[in-house]
Amino acid sequence: MNNSFQALMNRKNEIMKKSVGIDYDKYEYDGIGFDYEYMMNDQGYDLETVKQIQLENMVGNTPLVELKNITKYARKYAKKGYGARIFLKDEAANISGSFKARRAALAVNKAKALGYKGVIAATSGNYGAAVAALAAKAGLKCIIVQETFDSRNVSQPEIAEKARKCEAFGAEVIQLSVGPELFYTFLRLLEDTGYFNASLYSPYGIMGIETLGHEIAHEVKQLTGKYPEAVIVTNAGGGNLTGTARGLKSAGALNTKIIAASVNLYGLHMASDVDFNKKSFTTGHTGFGIPFATLPDRSDVPRSAARPLRYMDQYVMVNQGSVFFMTQALALLEGMERGPAGNTSLAAAFSLAQEMKEDEIIVVQETEYTGAGKHLLPQISFAKKNGIKILFGNPLDEVPGKNIIFPKDGSYLKHSEIHMDDLRKTYLKKFKNINLTQKDFDFLSEELNITKEKIINLLG
Amino acid sequence: MNEIGTYVRIRRTLLNPEERSDNLPEDTKKVPFKMWVKGYLQEEVELFDIVTIKTLTGRIETGRLKEVNPPYKHSYGDFVPEVMVLSDVIRNDFFGDHNE
Repeated sequence: MNNSFQALMNRKNEIMKKSVGIDYDKYEYDGIGFDYEYMMNDQGYDLETVKQIQLENMVGNTPLVELKNITKYARKYAKKGYGARIFLKDEAANISGSFKARRAALAVNKAKALGYKGVIAATSGNYGAAVAALAAKAGLKCIIVQETFDSRNVSQPEIAEKARKCEAFGAEVIQLSVGPELFYTFLRLLEDTGYFNASLYSPYGIMGIETLGHEIAHEVKQLTGKYPEAVIVTNAGGGNLTGTARGLKSAGALNTKIIAASVNLYGLHMASDVDFNKKSFTTGHTGFGIPFATLPDRSDVPRSAARPLRYMDQYVMVNQGSVFFMTQALALLEGMERGPAGNTSLAAAFSLAQEMKEDEIIVVQETEYTGAGKHLLPQISFAKKNGIKILFGNPLDEVPGKNIIFPKDGSYLKHSEIHMDDLRKTYLKKFKNINLTQKDFDFLSEELNITKEKIINLLG
Repeated sequence: MNEIGTYVRIRRTLLNPEERSDNLPEDTKKVPFKMWVKGYLQEEVELFDIVTIKTLTGRIETGRLKEVNPPYKHSYGDFVPEVMVLSDVIRNDFFGDHNE
């Protein structure tokens, strides 16, 4: 068989169909859209079944904790009467140390039910560990494909740790140098092994997170008598936000504001060999967050189930220095040592809470495990070795790839906004020269959560 | 000489620069796309020979032998004095200045 880059890409759809167990064609509309809800509801799982599968796999029902000291700290810089209560869902308590276990539990369950011998996932991160752990429990073989090295053979400490974690669960880890051809290797492995594609972007990958939104709605209501005013989600591929929002809505928390937060890595090219080791975060950053929000179907399945713009009310950024700052604050003030990347939304919540009234509630919906490599010390010392300057000052002055700026004090920790309409405009770009039908507009209205008039306006 | 069955790590070039995707930044386009994978040696060989291994899922791979008994080298990194300063900033902010 011809395994050149192009030949393999040409067989993409055929390989995908065999490896995901979903015939995506049946959800397609004429025109640009597809039936998202039909796709989500057609996989044979309801929320109760998902909960049961997760319960049997040591996934879900993580502790919800009120961060009283961090709330008090944020109030120090808020106007009188302001400074929302900050709650945190300790997702590090899941079997593999992150919320990703929720997604993997379902994907692995499906792979087993369909009779696959093994699972493959393309991920540099916590999802790999999650798939590896759940595959181990289910008795399935597992291959994790990760982008690991630059051309000098230097790898991010965080990625090295995640490879170790996958291997701890018996998975085979395939490590690649920088480049989108990871997808080529991934396809080739799917074809050669006949394993299941445990994609982050399949309906299973998203339905698994709906339990998280559900738990937040019920637990906050039970504790405080109301649903939270806001839930903030660290955003990369969009699945975390999509699943959490769907879960909140299905629990009845219809007015809870859904806020996305990413680490600002503007200026660093995600496919650049040179830039690869100049970033201190390998996920939760704008390099994933923006492209996956504005072009969700860029993922490894024909139709991504992660469609964040359907649910997102606001999108904010924080710099790398602020996330490290809050990671340290979480350890020093709350006694919780957790991995930095998962604290992206916590850093943003610290600033956002100051704009909310003190009887309001903002929930940070994840934490992740920490360890050698995946911790602020190795990540900052690695940055220094790669020529990044470590400074104290105003974090909004940080230039990704050049410096990391820690807030001079807590008052300097501020988020910045990514304008929703800019994201929507980018999403709409590829439809500019197409004659859109009413059905197309209906689809876009759902995709972008805006009216037809607004779409026409944004199309310009 | 390394014995059959030794656990090793190999490296192989999957795509030469001219075979890579067209849609790449310049710096990435000029370097090869490489893979590293671990497994059990299938033949008696010397370090840096081209070898065949059997991976943990039973797949056969070939490549150059780069490491025998491959260790994990990542750690908690070097001492970072700035993190001590960061800790002081947070504690002083929260508890008031206690470094007098």
